[in-house]
Amino acid sequence: MAKAVGDIVVDIERCKGCEICLEACPQDVITMSKKVNSKGYRYATVADEGCTGCANCAIVCPDGVITVYRVKKAG
Amino acid sequence: MAEQLTKEDIRKEANIVYKKTEVLTDNVLHYCPGCGHGTIHRIIAEVIEEMDIQSETIGIAPVGCSVLAYNYFDLDMHEAAHGRAPAVATGIKRLLPNKYVFTYQGDGDLAAIGTAETIHACNRGENITIIFVNNGIYGMTGGQMAPTTLEGMKSSTTPYGRNIKQMGNPLKMTELVAQLPGTYFVTRQAVHTPAYVRKAKKAIKKAIQYQEREKGLSFVEVVSNCNSGWKMTPVQANKWMEENMFPFYPLGDIKVPEDK
Ligand SMILES: Cc1ncc(C[n+]2csc(CCOP(=O)(O)OP(=O)(O)O)c2C)c(N)n1
Ligand code: SF4
Ligand code: SF4
Repeated sequence: MAKAVGDIVVDIERCKGCEICLEACPQDVITMSKKVNSKGYRYATVADEGCTGCANCAIVCPDGVITVYRVKKAG
Repeated sequence: MAEQLTKEDIRKEANIVYKKTEVLTDNVLHYCPGCGHGTIHRIIAEVIEEMDIQSETIGIAPVGCSVLAYNYFDLDMHEAAHGRAPAVATGIKRLLPNKYVFTYQGDGDLAAIGTAETIHACNRGENITIIFVNNGIYGMTGGQMAPTTLEGMKSSTTPYGRNIKQMGNPLKMTELVAQLPGTYFVTRQAVHTPAYVRKAKKAIKKAIQYQEREKGLSFVEVVSNCNSGWKMTPVQANKWMEENMFPFYPLGDIKVPEDK
């Protein structure tokens, strides 16, 4: 079965740390950073593995800071 | 087994499945973290991009937290005095009937100071789309009670909760305008989870497309949060909204076109 592998890129300086994407991720691969951005917000970060590129996080992000990538992988 | 893909392999332009629409500017939204206004702006902009009507659309911004909406939509935008957006939209649509015209209004704007303009634009059946963001409170001015504030709900002017005897009943504007012959499509949506965002976007798309039919006004309420005014975290606010706002403001279509 073809399996999708994904990744997200968060625009760190625009992320306001609301954590709504955390709730939306079916794979539970988003966590908040320990560091803060220049405005003092913790920002969303994604685990090295496990993202499927479903885009759920990006779809609920009020600030539109998430770009989603997906590759279909055979095997 | 297939080789392990590195992040560099995945993060290629060709593999992008989602990015911010160009119908929104690159300005940083001034909204509080987690505020539904941002999500609602984005899905309206995505619909406009999908319909390829960026140059054919005119938006009317309200007074309220979304007063600066014109900084975010890369569209022709007009600012209206508090509550007057449906009147301004009426004028614009009548002069430029081939443009897609929408208003974007909060509940203080639409259901308090702008009640008359809203009801009469709906009753006249203007061929416009109204997007009504109901967060049950006056967000911008410091979380005062709005007509839509729920019974028992705390706000800065109802610190012990809204008391119906003293302050009257919460107003269901959407059910009210659905009664009027001039409305063509009336629906209530939400944007706090991916599934609801997808549904809300479909509803907004229909509401804008229906302007082509010239059969009347389309009205989309989005029940949203005001985590600052409600004094909750964004995630808590969305849970509170599900538990308290949705029973009183049930989601779904209220009036659908008879001719589909
Ligand atoms: C004529 C006039 N009266 C009152 C105000 C003050 N005022 C500014 S925003 C607002 C309420 C906005 O609430 P809402 O429409 O619910 O929008 P939100 O900020 O919650 O998104 C009020 C009363 C004003 N700007 N102009
Ligand atoms: S794209 Fe889907 S799986 Fe990947 S981080 Fe976002 S919500 Fe999680
Ligand atoms: S005050 Fe409320 S409505 Fe205004 S931006 Fe903040 S959360 Fe949103």
